[in-house]
Amino acid sequence: MALIETVNLCQRYGGQYVLKDVNLKVDRGEVFGLIGPTGAGKTTLLRLIDLIDTPSSGKIYFDGVDTAASGKLRFELRRRMAFVLQKPVVFNASVYDNVACGLRWRRVGKRATRQKVEDMLEMVGLSAYKDRNARSLSGGEAQRVAIARAMVVEPEVLLLDEPTANLDPVSAATVEELIARIIERRAVTVVMTTHDMSQGQRLADRIGVLMDGSVLQTGAPREVFSFPRSRRVAEFVGVENIIDGVIVSNEDGLVSVDAGGKTIQAVSALAAGERVCACVRPEDVILAVSPPSSSARNMFAGEITRLVSAGSIARVEMDCGFPLSVLVTKRSVDELGLEKGKRVYASFKATAVHIITKGKAD
Amino acid sequence: MAEIWNGFIRAIELIISLDPEVMEIAGRSLMISVTSALLAWAICMPLASLIHFNRFLGKRALINLIQTFYSVPTVVIGLFVFVLFSRAGPLGGFNIMFTPAVMVVGQTLLITPVLLGLTISALSGVDKSIVDTARSLGASGLQAAFVVVKESRFAVVAAVVMGFGRAISEVGVALMVGGNIKGFTRVITTAISLETSKGDLELSIALGIILIIIALAINLALNRIQQRS
Ligand SMILES: Nc1ncnc2c1ncn2[C@@H]1O[C@H](COP(=O)(O)OP(=O)(O)O)[C@@H](O)[C@H]1O
Ligand SMILES: [Mg+2]
Repeated sequence: MALIETVNLCQRYGGQYVLKDVNLKVDRGEVFGLIGPTGAGKTTLLRLIDLIDTPSSGKIYFDGVDTAASGKLRFELRRRMAFVLQKPVVFNASVYDNVACGLRWRRVGKRATRQKVEDMLEMVGLSAYKDRNARSLSGGEAQRVAIARAMVVEPEVLLLDEPTANLDPVSAATVEELIARIIERRAVTVVMTTHDMSQGQRLADRIGVLMDGSVLQTGAPREVFSFPRSRRVAEFVGVENIIDGVIVSNEDGLVSVDAGGKTIQAVSALAAGERVCACVRPEDVILAVSPPSSSARNMFAGEITRLVSAGSIARVEMDCGFPLSVLVTKRSVDELGLEKGKRVYASFKATAVHIITKGKAD
Repeated sequence: MAEIWNGFIRAIELIISLDPEVMEIAGRSLMISVTSALLAWAICMPLASLIHFNRFLGKRALINLIQTFYSVPTVVIGLFVFVLFSRAGPLGGFNIMFTPAVMVVGQTLLITPVLLGLTISALSGVDKSIVDTARSLGASGLQAAFVVVKESRFAVVAAVVMGFGRAISEVGVALMVGGNIKGFTRVITTAISLETSKGDLELSIALGIILIIIALAINLALNRIQQRS
């Protein structure tokens, strides 16, 4: 049985659906990442899960219990969770008092409180700041206080709302490392939101893609990243080459996709006549300056329209009837003499193409 | 001109030598106004919380009403308290007319609207995410409300200090219900307003200087408090 389950969960504000029919299951001990662009409804969903807000319609089950039963039940269930809000808010009190508050509200004894708070401060690396006013801390330190304050009550569920979104890169890395350590202990179920796909990949066991209030896809990070089920998910998870086309034939699972005059071959069960997107990852494309003799099913000639270097990697954008992005090493750029305007040959395997259906063509 | 100058010099001497009469009047002023301010706080803190933390019909209107009482003339409060506590009045039985006690009642009444209004805005000034944070960490409704009250503490202290400032500098209530009785109900403002005309210029100036010093101290305190919140 799932620890948290939402059934047709909807939230409306002023007639507008912010969440629409969200069905999610999170198992005990799992790290579930909720990714989606700003405004997708991630915060709204976490607030519902934490039972701070009540949904317009739909159900939330916690450990099999319908949370709508009573206010008292919701309060008791909320005490089994802890929520780190998107904007780290610390109370105008010492770091120690900030971390201790959850224990005091639960009437934990003074000595136990001291022990737990000190252990937790040690874990987040803020023992030396114990007596400082939490308002005087930097953003990253405040976020660590917020995490310590949530974890000190030993919640069954930890909800994290974009824990690194408002931090500088160094603080963000520290906070992410802290979260990774918490996750490693496996004592807590985590639901975290992020608009950073790669963070979701690094931390989550499973991710859900939330867009415009709907969950478009859930699955292992690798799976969502490699096999997005819709164009919007593909765009959001950072698939760079998304080529529109129509399937013209399917021979034993090998399809030919007509993309504006060019034919891309891919592996798919879809039948001819289906409108699709062909997704090709830039790192799966091989560039050459003369026609290659490789076994790759797809080979296109074209001119380089742009070349951007970033460290040891360079991104080559070319026009081969459709725009194509390719990642190559800086070394290849030098060896092949790649530059803007140069004619090159791009090749990739049929199995490197992921086909997304858009429905039947008219 | 010379007379004013001499009065000023002697006033300084009175202050430096800690003249018993000056000190007694100033002390009584402080005593009465501090008591009023604390009493008003004791009334306003729970009342403001009740108003702030509850949703009810006419809340906005109530807050507007409170705000219109901010600038109620001191003599009107004086008159009201006078009628209330005079021998024939409904609270005449307390028999506290022309005592420091009734002055405290009057000043408390005078500053309660301001203090109530400012305490409500201090509570609403607390970031809404504070409540969410508290609740998400397992606070009950009451515990979360306490967090908000605690977070508003600097703004509330500032309000109390302002209330104290208004109380110690007003003359209408103190005069009408206190009566400026020497050694009993005479305070800084009543002494200045009545002794000046009797020719005791040096006492008035000395008390005036003390009042200005108190006002300065209040301003300083308010600045410090504002920096902390
Ligand atoms: N209390 C509210 N009242 C009205 N609209 C809201 C409220 N909370 C959120 N919204 C709207 O809901 C949408 C989703 O918000 P949010 O859940 O914060 O998205 P995310 O966290 O994914 O960025 C936004 O368009 C936001 O303006
Ligand atoms: Mg958000």
